Amino acid sequence: MNACLEINNLSAVLPNGQRVLRSVSLSVQPGEVRALVGESGAGKTMIGKAVLGVLPSSVRIVEGDMKLEGEDLGKLQPKARRTLIGARTALIPQDPLTALNPSRRIGPQMTDRLVRILGWGGEKADTRIRQLLDEVQIRDPDRVLKSYPHELSGGMRQRVLIAAAFAAEPRLIVADEPTTALDVTVQKQILRLIAALQREHGTAILFVTHDLGVVAKISQKVSVLYAGKVVEEADTVALFAAPQHPYTRALMAATPRYTDPFASLKPVDEAVLAGLAAEIAAADQAWRRPHG
Amino acid sequence: MVEPLFSVRGLKVALPDMTRKPLIGRAPLAEILKGLDFDLPRGSVTGIVGESGSGKSTLGRALVRLLEPSAGSIAFDGRDITHLPEAGLRPLRRDLQMIFQDPMSSLNPRRTIGSIIAAPLKQNGLGDRLKERIAEALQRVGLPQSFASRYRHELSGGQRQRVGIARALALSPKFVLADEIVSGLDVSTQAQILTLLEKLAAEMGLTVAFISHDLSVIRRLCKQVIVMREGRIVEASATDALFENPAEAYTRDLIVAIPLPEIDAGWLDVPAAAKAPT
Repeated sequence: MNACLEINNLSAVLPNGQRVLRSVSLSVQPGEVRALVGESGAGKTMIGKAVLGVLPSSVRIVEGDMKLEGEDLGKLQPKARRTLIGARTALIPQDPLTALNPSRRIGPQMTDRLVRILGWGGEKADTRIRQLLDEVQIRDPDRVLKSYPHELSGGMRQRVLIAAAFAAEPRLIVADEPTTALDVTVQKQILRLIAALQREHGTAILFVTHDLGVVAKISQKVSVLYAGKVVEEADTVALFAAPQHPYTRALMAATPRYTDPFASLKPVDEAVLAGLAAEIAAADQAWRRPHG
Repeated sequence: MVEPLFSVRGLKVALPDMTRKPLIGRAPLAEILKGLDFDLPRGSVTGIVGESGSGKSTLGRALVRLLEPSAGSIAFDGRDITHLPEAGLRPLRRDLQMIFQDPMSSLNPRRTIGSIIAAPLKQNGLGDRLKERIAEALQRVGLPQSFASRYRHELSGGQRQRVGIARALALSPKFVLADEIVSGLDVSTQAQILTLLEKLAAEMGLTVAFISHDLSVIRRLCKQVIVMREGRIVEASATDALFENPAEAYTRDLIVAIPLPEIDAGWLDVPAAAKAPT
């Protein structure tokens, strides 16, 4: 069986030649949640954008390939690629307020994608959206559909975007820090919803986050990133039982835990950072040789 | 018993509600803090926790009198500062320092780090031996002396926040307000900044109000905690007691909603408590 998403040896560079993705390989099986975890600049959002075909124009993919359900995205014409990505993937963004058009009501914004991109009839799209609003536990769909984004709370807006993401039955969802802007109690509700819908619809998710706590709760597989390189890849259960890479261990020790306040919140050891820098430099050198 | 540094009684703060402002005329007032009573004991770190909109930042701003209360009283170091005018506050400012959430926007982009740290020193008659004092302030937060000639954009997020701490502590204040000082930082940097603040607070015997939405961080740093919700205090107690035996259901909900970095297969199956309608 084909993986839902397969990324092989993907490298991307900035105009100055600096690599921002360093030979990234990962796969997401159908119905599986893979977390991409790392600190700022780790390239986790960049990978999500590469998959969705929305990399900034300054970033150029120079090597590697991405397969969506077995179809090599690099071998498709741009229009065919966009159509394929549009039909089979969806995004749950970090900030629902900027992702929604402030001057349009929620209803048309949610049905737009179904009607204009997938060619559904208006009535079918409306029925579908209401069904999904029910699944994300919005009990007054009429009010929500008529609202403008600013009239809803942060949690409600994120529910709307989750409903929109699942509405077209995508095979893969890229969730980019979807709970980072939310309060903890709302975050928990949203994580529950994403997990429930993901299970029910059998959707694969590439879940971008900086929070190892969220990784532990939502994912089955995890890739730990640093400076655009996957430094560790594992089953989530295995990663938390026995993290292999020193950086992963350092990240875990730095994450605060109210259950163990004095064993957590440990600053990352300089030696770990030096080791990482050496690892990145060695990888770049090895990569440059055949690439001039 | 030692007198607390802050003694707050019946504190209310009302601010203009811009969402209800008519096109012409003043915005109506909305009560943000609805009557708070608490003390901040000397020489220890008190956590103030709550979700967005709970009023925790407004409370911090009232303590350092960036806002004037609409009712109640604030006594600082035995002195009523509730309605003290700016001129009366000025001599107290050196003892009421702040570290902000976003060091990028709280450091002047056009001045060197040295001159940023020097400003409060000069204003408080400590303009002599300035170079020495700046070097001392930088060293305290683990930055080399050479940083005095740099600008904020040349610094990383963690280094910027160190400068924010250096500036706040340069005058050896009695009180420091730290409002979400690590929420923009990566976890590895966050650990450095918090352990630094923890160490300095202990060494200098500072009284700190540590505002945060992160209860895990609060448990580590704070001796007592005030839990806020919708402008009121839900619960205030010693940190260990609060975590081991929270008196209020709301506090318990906040604690169990934190996703710990460990496998817990059932965590997602337990419903997060329903939020009160806002």
